[in-house]
Amino acid sequence: MIWITQLLNGVLLGGYYALLACGLSFMFGVMRIINLAHGDLAILGACVVFFVADATGISPFVALVVALPLMALIGFGLQRWMLERSLRAGLLVPLLTTFGLAIIIENGLFEYFGADSRSLAPYIGDFAFDSWAITGNIYIGSLALLIFVVAVVLLIGLKLFLTHTSLGRAIRATAEDSDTAELVGINARYVYAVAAAIAVASAGLAGVFLAMRETFSPYSGPTQLIFAFEAVVIGGVGSLSGTLVGGIVLGVAQTFGAQINPQGFLIAGHVVFLIVLAGRLAVGAIRTRGGMYGLFARRP
Amino acid sequence: MQDTAASSVDSGLLVGAGVYKSFGALSVLEGVNFTLAANEAVGIVGPNGAGKTTLLNVLAGAYRPTTGTVYFEGSDVTTLDAAERCRIGIARSHQIPRPFGGMTVFENCFVAATTGGNLSGQRAYQCTVDSLEQCQMLHIANRRAETLGLLDRKRLELARALATGPRVLLLDEIGGGLTDEEANHLVETIQIMRSRGLAIVWIEHIVHVLMRVVERLVCMDAGRIIADGKPEAVIADAAVIDAYVGGKAAP
Repeated sequence: MIWITQLLNGVLLGGYYALLACGLSFMFGVMRIINLAHGDLAILGACVVFFVADATGISPFVALVVALPLMALIGFGLQRWMLERSLRAGLLVPLLTTFGLAIIIENGLFEYFGADSRSLAPYIGDFAFDSWAITGNIYIGSLALLIFVVAVVLLIGLKLFLTHTSLGRAIRATAEDSDTAELVGINARYVYAVAAAIAVASAGLAGVFLAMRETFSPYSGPTQLIFAFEAVVIGGVGSLSGTLVGGIVLGVAQTFGAQINPQGFLIAGHVVFLIVLAGRLAVGAIRTRGGMYGLFARRP
Repeated sequence: MQDTAASSVDSGLLVGAGVYKSFGALSVLEGVNFTLAANEAVGIVGPNGAGKTTLLNVLAGAYRPTTGTVYFEGSDVTTLDAAERCRIGIARSHQIPRPFGGMTVFENCFVAATTGGNLSGQRAYQCTVDSLEQCQMLHIANRRAETLGLLDRKRLELARALATGPRVLLLDEIGGGLTDEEANHLVETIQIMRSRGLAIVWIEHIVHVLMRVVERLVCMDAGRIIADGKPEAVIADAAVIDAYVGGKAAP
């Protein structure tokens, strides 16, 4: 019975990873930017909500109304004034730029908030640890379920947005070929900035949920980046449903690992990631001869 | 000279006046004056490296001229980029078709209608259907563009350009690589567009295909226009023959 509980927990944890990973995957899919500051932007989102909730006493859920547009604005500005410039210098430069950005965010937060671990859990009351009993001895946490539902809704919403709105179609067209997109009248710079805004806002949302579930500190970002990256690679870049699957696989692997051995949480996740990666690279090496594309499931 | 340039700005739909374009030390266009009248179809021929595609890129906004001005409907559009020029009515097709492969044929045109044509809802839908119909692609509207063969890819380039609601269509070697029969299909489609009042600038190496559509022919060589006039006159022009064959042609 404990395994069924752990399976459920793993799936729900996977929802969090999917939420965290979708922005990373989206940004790579549209702009070919691997955003190494993704985890730190998530923590930045958590800090913004923490700051607002702490200063005003309003619920963190209400504080999202302020924080998410702010994060979207940050994403828009980052793309417009920083990433766009570095993209012109090739694919490697944005990697360095976002690495530098990650360091700036981490140390900026450290400067302002100090090294203390914080959590949003005290600000959401019982909701942080409420759970339902599905049957006599299987429990699922309310917060974990909420995060999972939000992740699924966000991924489905994003998918619908990309297929059924003109801005969504413009994003897909620009992702495929930005020069040709310009020829049909698409303002590619604007489209890129919108995509970055979506990615950064979703990262911020994931960071807020992280802060509700557990503690965070200014240096929590890189760990989250690794989880997001693992979920993306397992699920395949550019595929939103793949991101959900990748998150769930990672989440289940981690909870099962923890069940086998209290130290097994991280190891099990990394092992599954490495197995999938090795499989991808092997298949990719056969299919494309280059092998590199295999990393991301489909040719970027 | 100054007078004719000024009057052509007023009379022409799309005008490149005194266009120079160089890439570093390489000078590709050396003072091109090009005028396209409303409802006119002009062909551009010339040997490889003459600057034909560069001229098209300058007119379409992909390149900014080193010096010189581009006018559209009498106003200076030199500083507008390709996307902005598309939205005011200048559409361009690629020499090698570049469809949005992961999207359907319909979506390829629909995105053009909503952004380039600035349409929405039912009107965007209707515009997309019309352009697909004109290019005889309606029956494969729901295929993914990456599955198309060469002729259909070229048609899609046309349909997508058309969906942006252009007044001018700039075609870059759209007949290249097609069989004669396929090229004939394409010519028919372009003739229909022409009959609906679309002005066309068409670069093409297959001159007999070009001659069926255009009413004026421009020949370029080494970054300059060396002949401009009735198609029959231009291909008989000594300078043109000289540019292609090199040296004096036998009498």
